Amino acid sequence: MTPREPGRTGTAVPAVPRQATGAEEHGDLGPGPVDVLLTVNGTLRRVTVEPRVSLLDALRERMGVTSPKKGCNQGACGACTVHVDGRRVLSCLTLAVSCQGREVTTVEGLADGDDLHPMQRAFAEEDAFQCGYCTPGQLMSAVALMEEGHTGDDAEIAEWMSGNLCRCAAYPNIRQAVRNVRDGAAAEGER
Amino acid sequence: MRPFAYTRAADVDTAIAEVARDSGSEYLAGGTTEVDMIRIGVARPRRVVDINDLPIAAIEDLPGGGLRLGGLARMSDVAAHPAVRERYPAVAESLEKGASAQLRNMATMGGNLMQRVRCSYFRDGDRACNKREPGSGCAAIHGVNRTHAVLGTSEHCIATHPSDVAVALTALDAVVRLRGPDGERTVAFDDFFLLPGDTPDREHPVGHGELITGIDLPDLPMARTSHYLKVRDRESYEFALTSCAAALRMDGDAVAEARIGLGGVATRPWRARRAEDILIGAPATAEAFARAAEAEMADAVPRSMNGFKIELAQRTMVRALTTVASRTGGGAA
Ligand SMILES: Cc1cc2nc3c(=O)[nH]c(=O)nc-3n(C[C@H](O)[C@H](O)[C@H](O)COP(=O)(O)OP(=O)(O)OC[C@H]3O[C@@H](n4cnc5c(N)ncnc54)[C@H](O)[C@@H]3O)c2cc1C
Ligand code: SF4
Ligand code: FES
Ligand code: FES
Repeated sequence: MTPREPGRTGTAVPAVPRQATGAEEHGDLGPGPVDVLLTVNGTLRRVTVEPRVSLLDALRERMGVTSPKKGCNQGACGACTVHVDGRRVLSCLTLAVSCQGREVTTVEGLADGDDLHPMQRAFAEEDAFQCGYCTPGQLMSAVALMEEGHTGDDAEIAEWMSGNLCRCAAYPNIRQAVRNVRDGAAAEGER
Repeated sequence: MRPFAYTRAADVDTAIAEVARDSGSEYLAGGTTEVDMIRIGVARPRRVVDINDLPIAAIEDLPGGGLRLGGLARMSDVAAHPAVRERYPAVAESLEKGASAQLRNMATMGGNLMQRVRCSYFRDGDRACNKREPGSGCAAIHGVNRTHAVLGTSEHCIATHPSDVAVALTALDAVVRLRGPDGERTVAFDDFFLLPGDTPDREHPVGHGELITGIDLPDLPMARTSHYLKVRDRESYEFALTSCAAALRMDGDAVAEARIGLGGVATRPWRARRAEDILIGAPATAEAFARAAEAEMADAVPRSMNGFKIELAQRTMVRALTTVASRTGGGAA
């Protein structure tokens, strides 16, 4: 699934080598707007932002990728969780300019066309949300959690999901969704 | 958020030269402190120098049996490393009890040592804070100080040092490796964190442009059964109210050597040397641990809201030491 193109600065561009972003002669970028090339959900994108702009704001405000949410903007809630080069990180404390050449994945990149990611399906089946505000961050964390292998029991799931707060307290259902995917994956492996 | 320029350094010498030549430049590692500090206006760099490409992220054996943790090694990678888990479990445990999985994927070992205090007056630009604005006073001393320190404080600052892993590293006698424009040097962990005294704005003996390239752990067999215990208001994703890193070397039923670090209670990662000395030759019993813990906290200075930490820290020490004693195969537990 390709993210919506807002037609502003975040447009698809052809592949160019890393660091070909101007001003590199003396190494400094900014403080004015600079071009950043990064891959978002499989598509190479160019976005023009000042170095102070977070990855979260670049995605939401400039690139039309609005699944990451701004809960606290200070690293405390996890609503802005995305994957950068395959690892879950907080986009509110990541500078967009530092993602030059990196691969960013958000919830928009989880599904395969209309075919939802197993974790998305499990969240829907288990009602793992109420208002839904924390859900994109929960999903990105839960998908990473599977790969990290910290799904042994409920206590382990809770500990390794603790960076994602849910003010609606959907925690039991979130854990159930993670368990379902874990057990589904295990069953798959046995076949 | 104030604007700033950005540059990405490709090698260590360039990074150091770039920061050293410009008083307005600061390093950017994981950004989990730095971006936060810039956003709230406490840090005001003209430029940040991104060090994430530097080749100082490895975790390597040292000749003689120690282990080097690269300055850029991520908290998550250090915690997961088999050598760390096997030889220095307190380090792995303290890392996994810190922050969240996402933050640990970003945050580096060097950045962790340099993180700023979580005192809410430090973060609030409108309030008196000697650390943020020298000479302006300390709003916490007569303010909301439940999470503040009881050891190592001064009349100028009572902020708690927030790091977990620094507590384990303190107990295990780690050494900080620095490289600056004038070359390399090492600083013992004990000397790396300054007491606030009357200059709480000075937290480390680190010169502008000096880079933490690594943290060396010595060969320490007793660290193999070390342990980190963290007590907090909620079970996860919270800073310590009290914490304790502990290791014991037994000689029969008696303690031959003890290493104890305390977190959450002091203005720096606290090495509990007084308790360590008392334990030498003592039996590994809860009573002996309690006596040592009491002695360690004897000089604690409580403020209006944090007196509970004195008792809690003692209990934390006793529990951590009891766990270590059971891991070591000796003693009461
Ligand atoms: C919500 C939240 C919860 C947290 N909870 C915990 C917790 O429970 N326990 C805990 O221990 N920590 C906790 N932290 C703090 C976190 O561990 C630190 O922010 C992190 O370790 C800093 O590392 P960094 O790589 O992100 O540093 P940065 O933010 O990039 O840098 C921090 C500072 O260090 C300097 N610096 C960075 N690298 C170097 C280097 N190699 N040499 C010299 N200077 C350098 C920078 O210039 C900057 O001043 C928490 C943080 C947040 C936001
Ligand atoms: S305790 Fe330290 S950091 Fe907090 S207000 Fe006082 S001087 Fe500032
Ligand atoms: S918005 Fe990033 S952690 Fe809350
Ligand atoms: S569903 Fe509402 S915050 Fe989690």
